[in-house]
Amino acid sequence: MDRRQFIAGAAQGTAAAACGGLAWYALLEQQASAAVPLRPPGARAEREFAATCIKCGLCVQACPYDTLKLVKAAGPGAVGTPTFTPRDVPCYMCEGIPCARVCPTGALDPQFPDIAKARMGLAVIDPESCLSWQGLRCEVCYRVCPVRGKAITIANHPRQISRHAMFVPVVHSEACTGCGICEKKCPTEVAAIRIVDPKLVQGRIGAHYRLGWKHEQAPAAEPAAPGAPEDAPVAPAPKKVPPAAGGLDYLNRGGTP
Amino acid sequence: MSASASAPGGRPVRHFEMPASLAGKLRVWRFTIARRAVQFGVLLAFFGTLHWGWTALAQPLLAGNLSAAKLAGALPLADPFAVLQMLVGRHALATEVLLGAVLTLGAYALLGGRVFCAWVCPMNVVTDAAFWLRGRLGPGAGADLVRLASQTRYVILALALALSAVSGLLAFEAFSPIAMLHRELLYGVGLGLTGALGVFLLDALVLRHGWCGHLCPLGAFWAIVGRTAQVRVAFDDASCTRCGDCVKLCPEPRVLHFGHAAATGMIASGECTNCGRCIAICPESSLRFDLRARIRGAARRGPENESTPGGPT
Repeated sequence: MDRRQFIAGAAQGTAAAACGGLAWYALLEQQASAAVPLRPPGARAEREFAATCIKCGLCVQACPYDTLKLVKAAGPGAVGTPTFTPRDVPCYMCEGIPCARVCPTGALDPQFPDIAKARMGLAVIDPESCLSWQGLRCEVCYRVCPVRGKAITIANHPRQISRHAMFVPVVHSEACTGCGICEKKCPTEVAAIRIVDPKLVQGRIGAHYRLGWKHEQAPAAEPAAPGAPEDAPVAPAPKKVPPAAGGLDYLNRGGTP
Repeated sequence: MSASASAPGGRPVRHFEMPASLAGKLRVWRFTIARRAVQFGVLLAFFGTLHWGWTALAQPLLAGNLSAAKLAGALPLADPFAVLQMLVGRHALATEVLLGAVLTLGAYALLGGRVFCAWVCPMNVVTDAAFWLRGRLGPGAGADLVRLASQTRYVILALALALSAVSGLLAFEAFSPIAMLHRELLYGVGLGLTGALGVFLLDALVLRHGWCGHLCPLGAFWAIVGRTAQVRVAFDDASCTRCGDCVKLCPEPRVLHFGHAAATGMIASGECTNCGRCIAICPESSLRFDLRARIRGAARRGPENESTPGGPT
């Protein structure tokens, strides 16, 4: 083999490796950018999670409710990484977080402090199929929610005269862990409340909007936290509503009795 | 014909013949039987822990899978190649998986890196079956459809690490047919068998030892680890007649280089999987398992001492 042949062969080999490598890279990125499944509590941000989950299934084995499953070949998400389908089995929010405790790589934080701080997803309500939004007194999601009275509250929703007001569930992203018990227990044929990736549904106001009326009420407070539009868990402001506006409306303050 | 050929020492070349007796056959098959027992034993330990709640010392016997596991709730184990892909992606990892990877790496560095391939890897059963079928199909099926250098796997290994570094993802773990097959057997996640079927067809009909011997980056990783392996196949040059039966059966024929073997007294290459096939069929019993240090020691003492038992007093 002379030098010309050697150089040609080396170039061909390098080109073949580069072709294969580029195709491999494309498939890898495609897999990583596909739809994100729900992750167990204490999971790192998705791309970081996908890159540090070794797919050992220890979290699946540690889950006492058989909530966690490995992603099947059809996805979504990388095959072999853990996920759960709340309508089948939701996360029952074990206090000890056994799934995260056993994670050997830290893809799930083994020291995750508090299951109530988990953000597996966010409950989202479809008003078109929610029984409460049809005027019925359902409120099952509110009653089964383990973050009781914080993640889901019941709001009064007045309608025109001669029709009674609706009592509708409202999800609060700052408290919802995405456990999915609401989705599991929702009585409609297809759940009207679902756990989804917050990124798919949550907007952000942007810092340049000044919500003047909120600042009037709590001048010291900073602008509303992103992703928590109607809450501003600022200074408790215990008696926001003037006492004169009492009357029958007491039912709609502080949730249902 | 074998009688006309003769070994370098002038002795006639005898070829391997399968014994007629069952005991003789079992003796030939002893390493294959042992390998299957270990392969299925490991799989069964994982499966039993997962599905039947097997325990040891009141802890799960062997939780997890071949990617990362915990033995008796105490000893962490991890696939060092998967961990390496995470490390080149610059991810902070918990100490448990790092410890597990180091322990696993240490164990295989002593036993022979590719001991994983021949004794533990579930894909080995598939590729051995393909090789057996290839033999059954006869010499007509023996021609390879494509030609590929056996070093291709090192290129794939380098690509896997480079892509893991560039993307910060796990380049091989995302598509590993070995992990897919193993998870399929444990959990049934679907499509795991398609990768195994692909490997089977490749090995049986396209390229002899196509997956393990040419493509698998995990095997290439273990081959590099195996360079310092302590358990090796020792080679006795004096009794070998160069009949070549071992080379025909070896899944990594390049490692059975008689020149190198005679010089070092062993099959030194990290690509040797310590499967023991060659030992079992050698008609002159010139091959055996031994420890690297002992083989070196014997080589240093020299072959003269071996040929004069007793020696000068």
